[in-house]
Amino acid sequence: MSLRNRVAVLVTVLIVAVAGAGAYVWNVRRDQARTVAAAPPVPPGADLATVRAEPHLVFRSTALGAGYGKVAVVPLTAPDGPRTLTPASCERVYATAADAICLSAERGLVTTYQARLLDPSWAPVRDLPLTGIPSRARLSRDGTLAATTTFVFGDSYANPGQFSTRTVVTRVDGEVVGDIEKFTLTVDGRVVTSVDKNLWGVTFLDGDRFYATAASGARTWLVEGSLSARAVTALHDDVECPSLSPDRTRVAFKKHGDLPAGRWRLAVYDLRTGAETLLAETRSIDDQVEWLDDRTVVYGLPRETAGTASSDVWRVSADGTGRPQLLIHDAWSPAVVRGEEGS
Amino acid sequence: MYVTIRDRPADGIGPTAGKVSATVLLLGTVSLLTDVSSEMVASVLPLYLTAAVGLSPVAYGFLDGVYQGVSAFLRIAGGYAGDRGGQPKWVAVVGYGASAISRIAMLAATGFAAITAVVTADRLGKGLRTAPRDALIAEASDPAMLGRAFGVHRALDTIGAALGPLVAFALLWSVPGSYDSIFVVSFAFAVVGVAVLVLFVPNLRTTAPSARTGLRRVLREVGGRRLRRPLIAAGLLGLLTVGDGFLYLALQERDDVAAVYFPLLYVGTNIAYLALAVPMGRLADRFGRARVLVAGHGALLACYLLGALPSGGPGLTLAVLLLLGVFYAATDGVLPALVSRLVPAETRGSGIAAAQTVVVLARFASSLTFGVLWAVRGPAVSLLLFAAFLVVAIGVAAWMLRGAEAAR
Repeated sequence: MSLRNRVAVLVTVLIVAVAGAGAYVWNVRRDQARTVAAAPPVPPGADLATVRAEPHLVFRSTALGAGYGKVAVVPLTAPDGPRTLTPASCERVYATAADAICLSAERGLVTTYQARLLDPSWAPVRDLPLTGIPSRARLSRDGTLAATTTFVFGDSYANPGQFSTRTVVTRVDGEVVGDIEKFTLTVDGRVVTSVDKNLWGVTFLDGDRFYATAASGARTWLVEGSLSARAVTALHDDVECPSLSPDRTRVAFKKHGDLPAGRWRLAVYDLRTGAETLLAETRSIDDQVEWLDDRTVVYGLPRETAGTASSDVWRVSADGTGRPQLLIHDAWSPAVVRGEEGS
Repeated sequence: MYVTIRDRPADGIGPTAGKVSATVLLLGTVSLLTDVSSEMVASVLPLYLTAAVGLSPVAYGFLDGVYQGVSAFLRIAGGYAGDRGGQPKWVAVVGYGASAISRIAMLAATGFAAITAVVTADRLGKGLRTAPRDALIAEASDPAMLGRAFGVHRALDTIGAALGPLVAFALLWSVPGSYDSIFVVSFAFAVVGVAVLVLFVPNLRTTAPSARTGLRRVLREVGGRRLRRPLIAAGLLGLLTVGDGFLYLALQERDDVAAVYFPLLYVGTNIAYLALAVPMGRLADRFGRARVLVAGHGALLACYLLGALPSGGPGLTLAVLLLLGVFYAATDGVLPALVSRLVPAETRGSGIAAAQTVVVLARFASSLTFGVLWAVRGPAVSLLLFAAFLVVAIGVAAWMLRGAEAAR
């Protein structure tokens, strides 16, 4: 081929590539604009203070439109009804009557992440230490302790696919209690010191004790820990992202079992009897579930449709019976605020 | 007719004589476009997997570890395939092509298994193409300027790696949440890269058209006397080269600035690497590639020592990033430049592949060892221990490599 022909072919490839990719992106952009325009306007819910005064659900609204990514609240009595948007934008949110914790991403050349503590009016109070991709956030019931889990990536040609979590517990006055990864982990009476030890997914019992996931090798455990003793002890096998029931008797979690990698099943572990119950939700769930009440758990689930970045919040009975039901459309990261408990 | 004329300066003396061959610039352009393409995807992959696909980062970590061994094997296969047919270009085309196709396949891949397959195909493509491409760079360059030629190529490559996340960011800003757009645009970049390679990079033959370089010949050359010592030296140094991820983790354990800007640490190292690749290459051409290669590990040694200090600060973190950049600039392009002078043109791809594979595997072993040591002794003691061994290894490598180039 002559130089002239080759230049001609390259120019053609260039034009096709630029035009093709440009048209694709333009098309997506137009579709997104159209969907936003066509989306039924999110009917504004009642006044924020009114909703906050009664038992309510706090979640990240993923309804397309101006409110996408904003934290919204709905009364427990009408979860899929009109939602009230708050001014806060979060990737993950958790709230109590006293405060809220908000993990957010600031997209840039390198995406950075913030963890902010918000007061009841959703105004930022202070930043909490955070590194890496936010994954889980929890507050103790009285709202005085905050736990955040993030993923710190080691990414290098020679590094064996390592990942590293950081789970930090902070008092809301800003005092860092510690990275619970550094707490002593005891499994079957033996202290685990291996390099791949990771702890994440904290759920608080009271001002000192908590439950969480510990992992080492291919195994995970439900651990009970104490902030003052700086130690955690394994209670039960194959438990990730535990969540303590309001009556403090059971822990809902995701169980890997013999499922393919990256898939989990929801289950409940009874702390009194040691019995484990698989829930009726058979789809794979990757979320730290939340308890709606002592009989029901709620969790976020990405929508199956390809190419959508939306998700819904579902509910299922905590005793293994019944069927999952859609609780809130276009929602993610639910938190249930029942009132002034625990304070 | 080729647009490229292998320019060999009349005297070939002095680092300023002549220019880097157009083939090297073209290959650099191909790498630049391909790296924009792959870094676009790589920079959003963790978010895509966790946010859009719904995999947990635990599964992502597993995904990342899948390809290590296979990639090392394919690197050798790529080097050998290029030598055997004497046409490294077309092996490189297959490697770049596989990566390009893997981008568009991301559109259809939604499950864990599918994404694993697609990511693996991309890494395999990278493994396959590296050695034949480096053989082409060596073939197209004046032997006296090999260091500079590889430096120019690596600098262009790194520019692409820096641009990729930027393009991805701009796209996600323009079409929020549309990861498919990223895959499509990434595919477009990769296709143009492959087109430049196919259309303009000359199919420099490393052997006579009729001759086939047999496996036995390759084994004899690669295991031969001239290459044995450099391979052992590179492997020895590789065994004490801790993955930079560990250094970043060590920095962020004691320095809050490093912790908050953790993702930016890679960018910092890349910028230093980008700026220093060509100067280090020239330095290597002037004072000896083996010398610069060994001296580069001195920068790594300094990184270990700085990383082991009990308290840090932004200045120290910056110094470590700069030194890591020096280390990569003094080793990544200089190693193939050194090796390609030690083997005949017909087995050059295999020789380069062997050296790179030795380094990759040695570094892999080093990271595993270091990880265990870190768990038992903590970062500071582990780094100091590795530093002590590295001092010895640098000495041994310097001794083994003395006169490595004069042996020609």
